[in-house]
Amino acid sequence: MSPDRLTTPAAPTAYAAAPDHAAHAERSGAQIICESLIRHGVDVLFGIPGGAIMPFYHALWEYRDRLHHVLCRHEQGAGHAAEGYARASGKVGVCVATSGPGATNLVTPIADAWMDSTPLVVITGQVSSVVLGTDAFQETDITGITVPITKHNYLVQQVDELADVFREAFHIASTGRPGPVLVDVTKDAQTARTVPRWDRPLALSGYTFEETTTDAALLAAVQLISSAKKPLIMAGNGVIQSGATAELLALAERTGIPVITTLHGLGAFPQDHPLSIGMAGMHGWVHVNRAIQECDVLFNVGGRFDDRVTGKVSTFAPHAKIIHLDIDPAEIGKVVKVEVPLVGDARQVLSALLNQLPQGDAAHWLGEIRTLQDRHQHRQAYLRRPDTSMLMPHDVYAALNNAFRERGNYRVVTDVGQHQMWAAQLIDWHKPRTHITSGGAGTMGFAVPAAMGAAFACPDETIWAIAGDGGFQMTNQELATIEQEGLKNVKIAIVNNGYLGMVRQWQELFENRRYSGTPLSGPCFAALAEAYRVRAWTVEQVADVEGAIDAAWDHNGPAVIDFRVEREVNVFPMVPAGKSIGDMMLAAEDPG
Amino acid sequence: MTTQTRHTIVALVQDHPGVLHRAVSLFRRRGYNIESLAVGPSEVAGASRMTIVVEAKDAEQVVRQFNRLIEVLMVRDVTNQSAVERETALMKIDARTGDVADVIALAHAAGARVVDVSGGVVVVEVTDAPARIETFIETMRPLGIRELMRTGRLAMTRGAPSPPAAAPTPRHAGATTRQGGTLAHEAALEPLPFRYQADGATELDQA
Repeated sequence: MSPDRLTTPAAPTAYAAAPDHAAHAERSGAQIICESLIRHGVDVLFGIPGGAIMPFYHALWEYRDRLHHVLCRHEQGAGHAAEGYARASGKVGVCVATSGPGATNLVTPIADAWMDSTPLVVITGQVSSVVLGTDAFQETDITGITVPITKHNYLVQQVDELADVFREAFHIASTGRPGPVLVDVTKDAQTARTVPRWDRPLALSGYTFEETTTDAALLAAVQLISSAKKPLIMAGNGVIQSGATAELLALAERTGIPVITTLHGLGAFPQDHPLSIGMAGMHGWVHVNRAIQECDVLFNVGGRFDDRVTGKVSTFAPHAKIIHLDIDPAEIGKVVKVEVPLVGDARQVLSALLNQLPQGDAAHWLGEIRTLQDRHQHRQAYLRRPDTSMLMPHDVYAALNNAFRERGNYRVVTDVGQHQMWAAQLIDWHKPRTHITSGGAGTMGFAVPAAMGAAFACPDETIWAIAGDGGFQMTNQELATIEQEGLKNVKIAIVNNGYLGMVRQWQELFENRRYSGTPLSGPCFAALAEAYRVRAWTVEQVADVEGAIDAAWDHNGPAVIDFRVEREVNVFPMVPAGKSIGDMMLAAEDPG
Repeated sequence: MTTQTRHTIVALVQDHPGVLHRAVSLFRRRGYNIESLAVGPSEVAGASRMTIVVEAKDAEQVVRQFNRLIEVLMVRDVTNQSAVERETALMKIDARTGDVADVIALAHAAGARVVDVSGGVVVVEVTDAPARIETFIETMRPLGIRELMRTGRLAMTRGAPSPPAAAPTPRHAGATTRQGGTLAHEAALEPLPFRYQADGATELDQA
């Protein structure tokens, strides 16, 4: 960051003095919001100011030594950055915007956080309560808009409610099944003054756990697992969210049950473990999906049976009795018939189960799966890369995977599309929160701002964003933010094939190659990055891949690499939409 | 395709602005039409009870998502439970051409009350089981119904609310109500019946 361009203006005289922190001092609503954030351990927030949120920004100046505000270039970027921060750290991410368009620009990241159970507190300014409902300038009913995509939301018009509301908001966002909570604060509530009460009890009598994981349910699960011949554990996002990776590992090792993961479960179980067999679903491995189709007990820990995992539901795991462990009772039985429901926190329930499960092994069953894996995954020429001089996506992922293995201390944030699935397939995932992506919502444009947020959460790690050329162009303006913030640990790999590649793949496979709306030209990404004062490389030759990754990694600043890969490469294996996961399309090189 | 069936759903919710929106939004999301909706204060301070009648294919999932709302204290689908169901209708019957005495007599015979006679119309009130309300409306229709209003159905299950039990476990220690009330009546609330088998799962196949 160039200090000369970011000269700090003088503090406004009226608020030059630090606020009086005496417990009983009167404060403005805006100050109460700032102190609420500090009280909840927030030290960074992502946003863009505007008319209705100006009192908050005015107060934020007084707390700038404890609350670092990151000025984003679009509110969507601010929202995804807060998501990236939350997903990398496990803490609540905070973003802020003004009313009207500022608030509506946050709708996409809020929906994304809702789908992926990411804890966010979203603060929006609102027009003054006196003009609420009059179509005032930049007035939008953001609480109405976000009802279906938030865990809860608030419209605050009274300054006296602010301290309570923020305590509730952080509590709701971070407990149970995490999710986004929006707090819309009218401008007059930000400027009004009161003596805040920080110690009132929470008024959340409707927010209760249903303790349905009884001893009987645990016993039923134990019996089912112990009697299984072909058991499988499916690890989902809930394992990572509840911090249950150690418990999962212990349970798998004790019982000898093979572990598969969902997309969001990547990193929940170390991929080099003898019991790890890989990712399931639409672009999961053949041996994994066939194992699901053959297993007699499927223990889903913290996954929600997304349609990208199940394929055609009526044919999913036809021989399996299903044990479903989820913290949200509304997920049990939503998609598949469940034999034993375990409602609760994954870590607690796995710990309770661990004590009751006998030592076991499923060596024969694991052997069957490994045989399939050998045939379909390891021997796939497709994975070894075809014999061509063209730069293939595989070259990029192989080199990245090598760099990750050798250097360690990294996180990967992916966008949405072909590059995302290749990353899931071709990179080895070992630790929780190292794989961050937009799963449920499938939001293109997620990677760059989310990587920026993750960089704040993990300042000592290198954050690699991997994006396609389509998704990159949706939020690439955040390069300016990354540069302004001097985020040296953000490195961006663009897997550039000149198409909206996943849609193009579907068009190739199912729509007779009618490439309607998918060919995509872009700028010279390296020149674009350099225009943002971000160091960049363009790679077109296989031989240059490794060098560029090393150079970007070693560069003392943010970096972009534009990998111009072969344009029409498909992601395989693949379950066509609506088809059974036992019925996969294989790469041409797969012996079948 | 499972056909839509009529469900009667009863919920106890915190009396906050927007809570009705959150609740009905869950039905709207699925394209379910709410046939009737009755909301008012309950025996619990700061809490309202609502009765929602809806044609739904998959009420069970909606009810569980309903239960997940932060401000919902209790929700139950009472469709298959023995319940007292009542509704009130008010109607203005044209009495200019007919005989006011005939209208009054007919209303009384049907157990309705005449609550106002003025401006050439008779206002009749009837409170009864929904089916009997229908019958009464059809009876009065030939006389000329100028205006009709119905409250929507109330449904109250028969017998004791539920076995006495502890209040729902707060998610964390110290949770209580803003109203300062104890919500002691929660003790009498039954948690949502917990079923975990999805009917017609094949409908998700086309996702």
